[in-house]
Amino acid sequence: MGLKTFKGGVHPYEGKELAKDQPIKEVRPKGELVYPLSQHIGAPANPIVAVGDTVLRGQMIAEAGGFVSSPIFASVSGTVKAIEPRRVAVGDMVKSIVIENDGEYKEVEFTGIDDVFELSNEEIIAKVRDAGVVGMGGAGFPTHVKLSPKEPNKIEYIIANCAECEPYLTSDYRRMLENPEALVAGMRIILQLFPNAKGVFGIENNKPDCIEILQKLVKGEERMEVCALETKYPQGGERQLIYAVTGRAINSKMLPADAGCIVDNVETITAIYNAVKLGIPVMNRVATITGDGINNPGNFLYYIGTNYSELVEAAGGFKGQPEKIISGGPMMGFSMFSIDIPTTKTSSSLLCLFKDEVVAMEPTACINCGRCVEACPELLVPSRLAKMADKGQSEEFEKWHGLECIECGSCSYICPAKRHLAQSIKSMKKQVLASKRKK
Amino acid sequence: MSDLYHVSSAPHVRAKDTTSRIMLYVIIAMLPASLFGIYNFGIRALLLILVTVASCVASEWIFNKIIHKKQTIGDLSAVVTGMILALNLPVNLPIWEAIVGGVFAIVIVKMLFGGLGQNFMNPALAARCFLLIAFAKDMTNFVTDTYTGATPLAAMRNGEAVNTMDMLIGRTAGTIGETSVIALIIGAIFMILMGVIDLRIPASYIVTFAVFMMLFGGHGVDANYITAQLCAGGLMFGAFFMATDYVTSPITPKGQILFGICCGIFTGIFRCFGANAEGVSFAIILSNILVPLLEKITVPNAFGVVKAKAAKGDK
Repeated sequence: MGLKTFKGGVHPYEGKELAKDQPIKEVRPKGELVYPLSQHIGAPANPIVAVGDTVLRGQMIAEAGGFVSSPIFASVSGTVKAIEPRRVAVGDMVKSIVIENDGEYKEVEFTGIDDVFELSNEEIIAKVRDAGVVGMGGAGFPTHVKLSPKEPNKIEYIIANCAECEPYLTSDYRRMLENPEALVAGMRIILQLFPNAKGVFGIENNKPDCIEILQKLVKGEERMEVCALETKYPQGGERQLIYAVTGRAINSKMLPADAGCIVDNVETITAIYNAVKLGIPVMNRVATITGDGINNPGNFLYYIGTNYSELVEAAGGFKGQPEKIISGGPMMGFSMFSIDIPTTKTSSSLLCLFKDEVVAMEPTACINCGRCVEACPELLVPSRLAKMADKGQSEEFEKWHGLECIECGSCSYICPAKRHLAQSIKSMKKQVLASKRKK
Repeated sequence: MSDLYHVSSAPHVRAKDTTSRIMLYVIIAMLPASLFGIYNFGIRALLLILVTVASCVASEWIFNKIIHKKQTIGDLSAVVTGMILALNLPVNLPIWEAIVGGVFAIVIVKMLFGGLGQNFMNPALAARCFLLIAFAKDMTNFVTDTYTGATPLAAMRNGEAVNTMDMLIGRTAGTIGETSVIALIIGAIFMILMGVIDLRIPASYIVTFAVFMMLFGGHGVDANYITAQLCAGGLMFGAFFMATDYVTSPITPKGQILFGICCGIFTGIFRCFGANAEGVSFAIILSNILVPLLEKITVPNAFGVVKAKAAKGDK
């Protein structure tokens, strides 16, 4: 059987061998922990603690600011030191709660559930919501919203995004190897909500061991299966993954639910399991600290709110002076000008590159070669869109479907003239969307 | 220390292919045809190739110097233009005319429109057409020591028989690089393997032309005649090396197929009804002019956009 995939895409250097074989290690934070109130899509959370309060690990410190929002929990015990704007990974200043870690990790009591099947759908979704579960692959979309589609009976596929198509990242891989039972149990909980759905684990075939393990685990499960996918970037893009698994295509104006699908990534499904079965809110997650600029690349279970610099230290520190530090993967991650930045629920990795290859490449004239067209997973014409963006032609930009761009960066990656296509298109998209909101 | 990190927009890695590497592949792909041309027509062919390439590169260098722009000859595109032009010239063309052709190609057709990527006509082909009009006699003089007869195309036009095997190998009169179909196909396969070109334009061009000749060629579905027409003149060279020029062909996949069809129809019209036996160069530059139009009517539908409409229709 041929491997399932999508049209377009690129094959960047994978770099996964750096951290792939490192078991997940727990890192305890030392100093203060910082919790930005906006670490999800939607309304920022509202603080429910005041400066000077003592908090326990697992205590809610900020409540959801609306339906599309998510609460935030203290990952350590200690004292609230400040509530003030702090710099986050994307560069903005965001109002944050700062907690001084007392090093005792005193926890609130978590109450688990013996039999999840006794819970009603509403109870399950409430548990997911109240545990602060959001899309932990990077987008941070509140998971309870995703799990509440208009017509639950029309959901036919729950897709576990196990593609991990971003180069260098290995945290999902380690999760699948070390704790696949939680993943399968999490899937079982989601399937309970959707009686007509089957659960599919979509895994790129560069992780044959994960495919094998999950295949064994779902053998007894009637409603689950494993789908091996071709290793190609951006296989883990939501629209690309849905197409690969189901053959259904959705555009920017549609939700996965419109195609009868719900997509969640490995870390998120694990968090759903923790929230519903064990009653534990989102306080920890796994991140890959890797790159040729780091001494001991590895995968770390950290306390959300930990400063990135502590994770770098846990990975043996920098090898010399790296030129570029990226939060996330090399294709879509944000480069940071400092590592004195707090981690959030969506911090899946820190990539330290000893040499920044992009800065040395000067963009030259577009030769119209069409490689970006071949690479675009959304079947767009990136070189033209970038030109329209640079000239500010918003109408043309929309006519050529510029708003369908998923910002995967494949066009910039493949461009022989080294033009910053994705950058131009991204900023134009922002402009067009902003002007639409004004209307 | 943290002030020293680089900050830029994603992605933070890039593929290895560069513009100059692609141009180098095209140059390598033209070597078989060039070598055969030199073998077929003698050492003067080599001289003509070198002079034309030098003329193109020097024109670009001097032009950039005069208008104080950064040098661009490193991208090797001027070398490609020079080679294509040279392979389109008859071996006995006076050297100074070849130099004029190179200057015309680079300065008038390419640099005055903004340099690489901005020209709307294939520079080498536009220069060839310019030379064809300006120095008609020299440009159509294919008589050499080895070949005293007409080119296969002209011979066919006069109703004479041609040897298809000779045309495949290239032992015929013609321009330096167009005669050997085998050498051209070797180069084309190399470009396809290296991912430089795909088959959309060449295939639609060749198929359209073949169909056109069956309908209007006056010989019906005569396999010998059609094969001879395909192997004759600049068709193979044009279809694989000139119509596929990135800058002057559509970027949209459907537009590329339409472009190939246009080239095929124009070539057919010129060969069947025109005053000259050949028509490839004019067909391609005429199609070059249609590119913006072809792109406009072939804006691809984004992923999921068509199906969304269809789904609504179902309801």
